[in-house]
Amino acid sequence: MLDCCARTGEEKETRALHAASAGRRVVFMGDDTWKDLFPGAFSQAFFFPSFNVRDLHTVDNGILEHLYPTMDSGKWDMLIAHFLGVDHCGHKYGPHHPEMAKKLSQMDQVIQGLVERLENDTLLVVIGDHGMTMTGDHGGDSELEISAALFLYSPKALFPGAPPEEPEIVPQISLVPTLALLLGLPIPFGNIGEVMAELFSEVEDAQPHSSALAQASALHLNAQQVSRFLHAYSAASQDLQITELHRLQNLFSNASADYQRLLQSPQGAEAALQTVITELQQFLRGVRALCIQSWARFSLGRMAGGAALMAAACFLCLLVSQWATSPGFCFRPFLLIPMACGLAGTIVCAGLLTTTGLKLDPVVLGAVAAVGSLLPFLWKAWAGWGSKRPLAALLPIPGPVLLFLLIRFAAFFSDSFVVAEARATPFLLGSLILLLIAQLHWEGKLLPPKLLTMPRLCFPASTGPPRHSGTYALGLGVGLLLCIRLAGLFHRCPEETPACRSSPWLSPLASMVGGRAKNLWYGACVGALVALLAVVRLWLRRYSNLKSPEPSVLFVRWGLPLMVLGTAAYWALASGADEAPPRLRALVAGASVVLPRAVAVLAASGLMLLLWRPVTVLVKATTGAPRTRTVLTPFSGPPTSQADLDYVVPQIYRHMQEEFRGRLERTRSRGPLTVAAYQLGSVYSAAMVTALTLLAFPLLLLHAERVSLVFLLLFLQSFLLLHLLAAGIPITTPGPFTVPWQAVSAWALMATQTFYSMGHQPVFPAIHWHAAFVGFPEGHGSSTWLPALLVGANTFASHLLFAVGCPLLLLWPFLCESQGPRKRWQSLGNEAEARVRPEEEEEPLMEMRLRDAPHHFNAALLQLGLKYLFVLGIQILACALAASILRRHLMVWKVFAPKFIFEAVGFIVSSVGLFLGIALVMRVDGAVSSWFRQLVLAQQR
Amino acid sequence: MKDTDIKRLLYTHLLCIFSIILSIFIPSFFLENFSILETHLTWLCICSVFVTAVNLVLYLVVKPNASSKRSSLSYKVARFLKCCIYFLMSCFFFHVIFVLYGAIIFETLQLREIPPVIYIFVFYRVTSIWENSLQITTISSFIGTWLGAFPIPLDWERPWQVWPISCTLGATFGYVAGLVISPLWIYWNRKQLTYKNN
Repeated sequence: MLDCCARTGEEKETRALHAASAGRRVVFMGDDTWKDLFPGAFSQAFFFPSFNVRDLHTVDNGILEHLYPTMDSGKWDMLIAHFLGVDHCGHKYGPHHPEMAKKLSQMDQVIQGLVERLENDTLLVVIGDHGMTMTGDHGGDSELEISAALFLYSPKALFPGAPPEEPEIVPQISLVPTLALLLGLPIPFGNIGEVMAELFSEVEDAQPHSSALAQASALHLNAQQVSRFLHAYSAASQDLQITELHRLQNLFSNASADYQRLLQSPQGAEAALQTVITELQQFLRGVRALCIQSWARFSLGRMAGGAALMAAACFLCLLVSQWATSPGFCFRPFLLIPMACGLAGTIVCAGLLTTTGLKLDPVVLGAVAAVGSLLPFLWKAWAGWGSKRPLAALLPIPGPVLLFLLIRFAAFFSDSFVVAEARATPFLLGSLILLLIAQLHWEGKLLPPKLLTMPRLCFPASTGPPRHSGTYALGLGVGLLLCIRLAGLFHRCPEETPACRSSPWLSPLASMVGGRAKNLWYGACVGALVALLAVVRLWLRRYSNLKSPEPSVLFVRWGLPLMVLGTAAYWALASGADEAPPRLRALVAGASVVLPRAVAVLAASGLMLLLWRPVTVLVKATTGAPRTRTVLTPFSGPPTSQADLDYVVPQIYRHMQEEFRGRLERTRSRGPLTVAAYQLGSVYSAAMVTALTLLAFPLLLLHAERVSLVFLLLFLQSFLLLHLLAAGIPITTPGPFTVPWQAVSAWALMATQTFYSMGHQPVFPAIHWHAAFVGFPEGHGSSTWLPALLVGANTFASHLLFAVGCPLLLLWPFLCESQGPRKRWQSLGNEAEARVRPEEEEEPLMEMRLRDAPHHFNAALLQLGLKYLFVLGIQILACALAASILRRHLMVWKVFAPKFIFEAVGFIVSSVGLFLGIALVMRVDGAVSSWFRQLVLAQQR
Repeated sequence: MKDTDIKRLLYTHLLCIFSIILSIFIPSFFLENFSILETHLTWLCICSVFVTAVNLVLYLVVKPNASSKRSSLSYKVARFLKCCIYFLMSCFFFHVIFVLYGAIIFETLQLREIPPVIYIFVFYRVTSIWENSLQITTISSFIGTWLGAFPIPLDWERPWQVWPISCTLGATFGYVAGLVISPLWIYWNRKQLTYKNN
C-alpha cells in the first residue's frame, strides 16, 4: 500500500495499530510523525524528518531508497509509504508550479514501478488524506481541500466491468472497514464506514452468485459491527432521531434475516442476494447520514450567544467588584432588582413556551434568565456611569497582573499550551510570586533601608517603616517556589508528548512490587498525613484556638487523629490486600468497606459540629485580678521612736486602703466582672482552616496514597502564599477592606497547578475512575450519582479546596497582625500568669477589626468572591472561545473540547465552593454576633 | 550629569554589542563544527568571556568611578574580594531561582547567566549613570530569559526550542536590548535623574 500526501488521518492510525496488534508485519517508511503516534507498532520502519516545509525531497528520496528492496524482500504483510513531497510542494509553490509538475511525475513513476512489481495477491492503494486549495494549502473545509484521489490496483481484476465515467465518491471512513476486512481483521468498533463491496467480488470466478454472496457477507459483517455500535451509542446518548433510528434498526434486522435465509438455502436466486446487498448498503448509508446529522452540528448562534453572555458576566463581576467597596454602592438596585427581572423573565418565557406547546429547553431558559438579569444591570450601570465615575475605573487591574491574565487568556487558544499547561502554570505562578517579592521590594516594605544598596532609579524613597524583615519575605518566596517545584514532581504526562515520562508516584501503592520500597512509601504517606495534622494543630495552637471547650475544638483534638488513623489503616489494607492470609480475607474486605465510610462520616459530623458551634472562643469570667496582699510585719507595742512611726503609719494606711477596696469589690462582684475571651482575633480563620482540613481528608482518601504528599504541599504552599500576600496588603483600619488582584490571581493559578500535581489532565482517559470504588469495592449497583460524585470530587478536589479557602485571602492580613506579640500570646495562654492582664489593651484586634465595620466586611466578601469569579470566568471564556473558533481544528476533540468541559465543570465546582466558603464566614459572623449578645445580656443581669 | 557621559555610555554599549556579534562569527574560524545551536555551551562561554573582557578593558579605560578618594592597594584588594563575594552570591542566587523554575539541578551549573552577572561584578557600587544602565540591562536580560521560556511548549520542532537554548538566547537578546535601551532611556530622563555623588 502506498499513502501519498500529507498528514495522518484517524483511519490510518486505527488501521496500523489494529494490524500490529493482530501480529501482522507492518513496515512503515516516511514521515517521522508516525514514530511518536505509534511507538513500537511497526516491525520495520524508516523515518525521515518531515517538519521543514521547504524540504521537498528528503522524505521521498528516503522512501524510494528503501521501497523497492523492501517490497522484493517480501517480509511484510502491510507496507505503508508516506510520501510528503507533494504536500510540501503545494505549501511552498502552489499547485501550478513547475516544481509540482516534477513532483507529480516522480509520483507517477513510483506508481508505475510499483504496478510492475505487484504480485497477484497484493492490492495497491493510493490515497491522499486531503486535497489542496488553489493556493496549495489545506486545513479548511472547502470542496477542494476535502476531496482527494483514491486509486486501487491489483494485477488480478478487481472490478467486474469497465470503470464508470463518473466514479462514485468514497468517504474516507470507508477505507478502514475495507482494508480491515481485506487483511482479515475485525472492523474497529467505532467506525461507521461502509466496505467497498466491489473489492470483495470474485471477478475471475465468473459465477455471479458466489461473487454476490462474497459481497453480501462482507457487507453483513460490516453492518453487524455498525449495528452494534449504533445500539451502544443510542443507549448512551439520546441525540439521535428516534424514528429514523427505529427505521434503520428494522431495516437491518430484515436484511439480516434475509441474509441468514439465503445462507441456509444456497440455491437462492442472485436477485435476492442483490436486494440484500442494497438493503445493507442502505442501512450503512442511513446510519452514516444519521450520525453526521447529529454529530457535526455547530449552532453558531448559540455559540456566539453563550460567549457574549459569558463576556458580559465577566464584565459584571469586574464592575461590581470595583464598586462594591465604594461608599455609595447600594446593593438593591444593582443586584437584587436585575435578579428579580431575570427570574420574572424566565417564568414568563416558560409560561409562554408551555402555553404554545413548544418544548422547554433548559438552555434557552437559562439564557433568558441570564440576559434578563444582565440587561437591567448594564442599563443601571450605564445610567450611573457618566455622572460620577471616572473611566479609569473601567480597568482596575494593575498592569503586571493584567499581563499575567492576558497570557493565561491567550494560552488557551494554542493547543500546545493547553497540552503543556501542567508545566506552564507553575512557571506563571513562580513568576507572579517573584513579581510579588519584587513589588514588596520596590514599595520598600521588604528590605530595611540599609540593605538597599542600589538607589532607586527615580522613585522617591518610601518613608514608612519596613513591616517585615527582608529575609522573612524572601524565605517565604523561596519556600513557595520550592513547594511548587516539589509538587511539579507529581506530574502526569498528556498523551500528545510521547517523550514525557509520567511520575511513577501517582500510581497506587498496591501496584508496587518490592516490599521494602512499598513499606518506605507507606511510611512516607502516613508521615505526610501526620505532618498535615501537625501543621494544622500547630497553627491552631499558635493562635491558641485549641483551648476552648467547644465541641468543634474537641473534635479537632480527637476526631482528626482518629481520621488520620482510619486513613492510614485503609491504606495499609488497600496496598497489601492481596498479601493477606486467606482467613483474614473477609475481615480485610469488610474493613476496606467500613474504613473510608467511617472517615467520611467523621468528616461530615465534624463539619456539622463546626456549623452548629463555629465560635471557638475560650471565655473566662474572672472576678478581677487577684490582689497582692501586702505582708504586714508583726509589730506589737506602742511606737517608741520616730523610725517606728515612719514604718507603722504607712502600713496602717495601706491596710485600711485594701480593706476598703476589698469591701467595695465584694459588693460589686455579684455578676462576672470582666470577661476574658481568648482567640476572638482568629475566630473566622480558625473555622475556615478547620473546615478545610475536614474537607481535605475525605478528598485525600479518594486519591492514590502518595498524593497525600501533594495535599501536604498544598496546605504548606497556601499558608506560605497567604503569608507572603499578607505582607503586601496594608490594613486599613476603619476603611474599606480590599483584596488585591494579584492575590486572587495567584490563588486561582495555584488551584490550577494543584489540579495537575494531583495527577489529573483535562482529558477523559486521564480521569481517575478508581475513585468510584473507594468504600464501595463491589461497585454501586444501578446508582450513578454516587460514583459520579466520588469521581468528580477526586477530579476537582483542588478547585473545591481553593474555592472554599478563598475567604482566607481577606482574613489573613488581619491574622498576621499578631506577629509581633507572639510571645505574649504564649504567656497569656499560660493560666498561671494572669498578671499580664494590663497589657491586654495593646493586643491586636485582628479579625475583630472586620466585625467593627460590618458593612465594609460584607462588601469585601462580595468583592473577593466577584474577583475570584472574574479570574475563573475569563479562563472559561477563553476555553469556550477557543473551542468555538477552532471548531474545525485538527485538535478540537482531543484538546480544546475536553479542556472546555473540564474547565466548565471546574468553574461550577469552584463557584459552589466559593459560595460555601463565604457562607461559612457569614455563619461564623452570625454566631459571633449572637455570642456577643449573650455576653451583654449576662452582663446586664 | 553631562551629555558626554551619556555618549561614552552609548559607545561602550555599542562595543559590547559588537563583541557579542563577534563571538558569533569569530569562533567558527578556529573551531570545527561550531554553531550556536549545536555547540551552544561553547558559544555561551565564548560569548561571556568576550563580554567580560570588553567590560574589563572598558572599565580600565573609562574609569567610571574615578572620583573614589582612597586608592590604596589594600582598599583595592578589599573591594576586589567584596566583588568576588557578591559575584558568587549572585551566581548562587540566580542558580536557586533557575532551579526552582524547573531547571535540572546539575544542568544549570553552566554559568548561564554570565553576561549580566559579570556586569554586576564589574560595575558594582557605582553611583552614576553607569549604574542605571547596569540596572536596566540586568532587568532586561532577566525579562529576556523569562520571555525565552515561552516558545518551548510550541510544536514547531525547531532546534532552538530545546530547554536551555531558548532561554539563553532570550537572555542574550534581552541583554543587547538593554544595552541599546539604557542610554536612550537615560537620555530621555536626564532631567529627572539626580545623583548624590555627581
